[in-house]
Amino acid sequence: MSESLENRGFIARSMTWINARFPWTPTMEKHATKYYAPKNFNVWYVFGVLAFVVLIIQLVTGLFLTMNYVPTAEGAFGSIEYAMHEVDLGWLIRYAHSTGASAFFVVIYLHMFRGFAYGSYRKPRELIWLIGMGIYLVLMAEGFFGYLLPWGNMSYWGAQVIVSLVGAVPIVGADLAEWVRGDFVLSGITLNRFFALHVFALPGVLVVLVFVHMVALHHVGSNNPDGIEIKNKKDEKGVPLDGIPFHPYYTVHDFFAVMVFLILFCAVMFFAPEMFGYFIEKPNFEIANPIATPDHIAPVWYYTPFYAMLRAVTFPLFGLDAKFWGLVVMAGAILIPIALPWLDKSPVKSIRYKGRISKFMLGMLVISFIVLGYLGTIPPSGFGTATAQIATLVYFSYFLLMPWYTQREKTKPVPERVTGGH
Amino acid sequence: MSSFECVKWSKFFGSFVVVLLGLSLWGASDSDWDLEPMKPNLRDKDSLQRGLGLYVNFCLGCHSLQYRRYERTAKDLGDIPKDLMLENVIFTGQPIGGYMKSSMSKEDAKNWFGAAPPDLTMVTRVRSPKWVYNFLKTFYIDDKRPFGVNNKVFPNVGMPHVLLPLQGFAVEDCFGYEAVDLMELESILREKKLEGILTRTDRETEVEPWDRLEGREPNCPELTTIPETGLYNVEQFDQAAYDLANFLHYMGDPSREIRQSMGGYVIVFLVILTIFAYFLKREYWKDVPKSPPRVRKEHTSEL
Repeated sequence: MSESLENRGFIARSMTWINARFPWTPTMEKHATKYYAPKNFNVWYVFGVLAFVVLIIQLVTGLFLTMNYVPTAEGAFGSIEYAMHEVDLGWLIRYAHSTGASAFFVVIYLHMFRGFAYGSYRKPRELIWLIGMGIYLVLMAEGFFGYLLPWGNMSYWGAQVIVSLVGAVPIVGADLAEWVRGDFVLSGITLNRFFALHVFALPGVLVVLVFVHMVALHHVGSNNPDGIEIKNKKDEKGVPLDGIPFHPYYTVHDFFAVMVFLILFCAVMFFAPEMFGYFIEKPNFEIANPIATPDHIAPVWYYTPFYAMLRAVTFPLFGLDAKFWGLVVMAGAILIPIALPWLDKSPVKSIRYKGRISKFMLGMLVISFIVLGYLGTIPPSGFGTATAQIATLVYFSYFLLMPWYTQREKTKPVPERVTGGH
Repeated sequence: MSSFECVKWSKFFGSFVVVLLGLSLWGASDSDWDLEPMKPNLRDKDSLQRGLGLYVNFCLGCHSLQYRRYERTAKDLGDIPKDLMLENVIFTGQPIGGYMKSSMSKEDAKNWFGAAPPDLTMVTRVRSPKWVYNFLKTFYIDDKRPFGVNNKVFPNVGMPHVLLPLQGFAVEDCFGYEAVDLMELESILREKKLEGILTRTDRETEVEPWDRLEGREPNCPELTTIPETGLYNVEQFDQAAYDLANFLHYMGDPSREIRQSMGGYVIVFLVILTIFAYFLKREYWKDVPKSPPRVRKEHTSEL
């Protein structure tokens, strides 16, 4: 025994030394080399990895931004412009972070759509879904707090509008809004607390939730476009017949996906960082001015579907004003996917084998979300509001009618083994 | 990997992107004035340098570029020597490393103009270079305004026509410039304590009553510059407005040139790496046994 140990190479001996003190090899096996993922993933299965890549981009660029940023009402705007104009590669860091914010939501929305389409939220993955929704909520808060930090005029008025929504809560609203702002108006004090939340508290929560999300995923294993469990068919060694080790197969696969993503990311970052006013809005190149409202206050594109729903509620109810009900509808729209695992009563998971109503409803959900997203970017109008109201109903009906239509429709037979793929 | 679904969904999303882009082109502008096209050119260092010269002579008195140092500007605009900058560009006695700030105090500015003139470092990003170009070109005589001039692109702007000595008098074309009594115009401007900006005061024209300016159409679509009233002719003034807008376009995002050249290299590098990544993936995946293709069965239900 001791003789053979001496004959082995330096690396092998080092690994033995490490493994006696830290479960390196077992961990790598559990999460990579012996973690079996279905072999029929399609392109929809790259967005989780891409979200992780964007998270890293945001953490690293955020760190360097913090080194130049002054979190005060007097200094914030100037410090960012200082970084843009005078700091070497300051513009790169800033644009990477602002492009990353939008990229984060692009990949997260596509990642969530994948879950919708292939039933990734169904048993036994309910907790993965709930943790994922937690990540999504934290991400929205992170984006909101971060958007105030440049202290541009749209930063200021966007935050003003959203914080004032809190004021629509009956009885305690005004006090609550004051508590959130830490001041009677949105001010440098608000900026300080948003800064603390954006760079310290929420990133910490985000990283923990992402870790837990992946631990839960690796515990139950990935779903796949057929929505069948590969663990049900194993060979004599206990390896799923339709599974392949994550490493090396999916590491090389995802490396390719990340490269394609980075090409698109860099194309935006280097050539159109403002993305025609959708990623960085024009009024944000002016310093925050509490007495000059921008002509049209619109949130960044990733909130606009929900903002359109907020504005779509134009009538008071039960003695409470429209703004409050708008807030309720908006919060409901953001939170309702949490209930998906219990709303979906279909015998099959994947949209491939669901019936025509499910396919139609999913298509309508996507259309309503995009229409609402567009309406949220433009000033309100009579026609726009009516359209937004219809789209809001369509959005909610996908969820609320799901128990009915998933049970009623006929489904297609599900195959025994996975199909398609590479 | 390239399943039928990808194609289907990408078509689906693609069509929406097209629709959205189409809708977004509706974008509204501040006034109804048709903006003339203006294409900035950051490679034209002569234009940028002329723009800098015009800016420090005519604009910097009121409008700071407070996020920018003289030194960086000199370097970016073709390595202008330090001595040249100190002699011809920096009039405030600041060092070359100083920020390009106006020497006017905020209090004075408020007293004189009603509001402090905004910083213009990012004006082309808030508006656009085209907007700035058209704004500079569309001042016209309007005796109802405190400074005797109004603007087509930014109606009722609280700013005098600083470039008037260069451009001369521009009037709304609807009533014809022959109608303007320049002597009277001059006395009106003098009343408003603006004689300092008049350079040509010895001109005689046909005498028509000034009140022909009253009761004109509110949205006259054409402006005409009265010839020989400014130092520049129309083409020269257009060029000056272009140079200023071009300079401010550079000012708004000084990283633009390096950004785009660096971006080109980065993307070429990534594309090459992506090709290798693709073949690496294909090589590894040769071992993976193929699954049976998807069977697309028709629905058997009546739904």
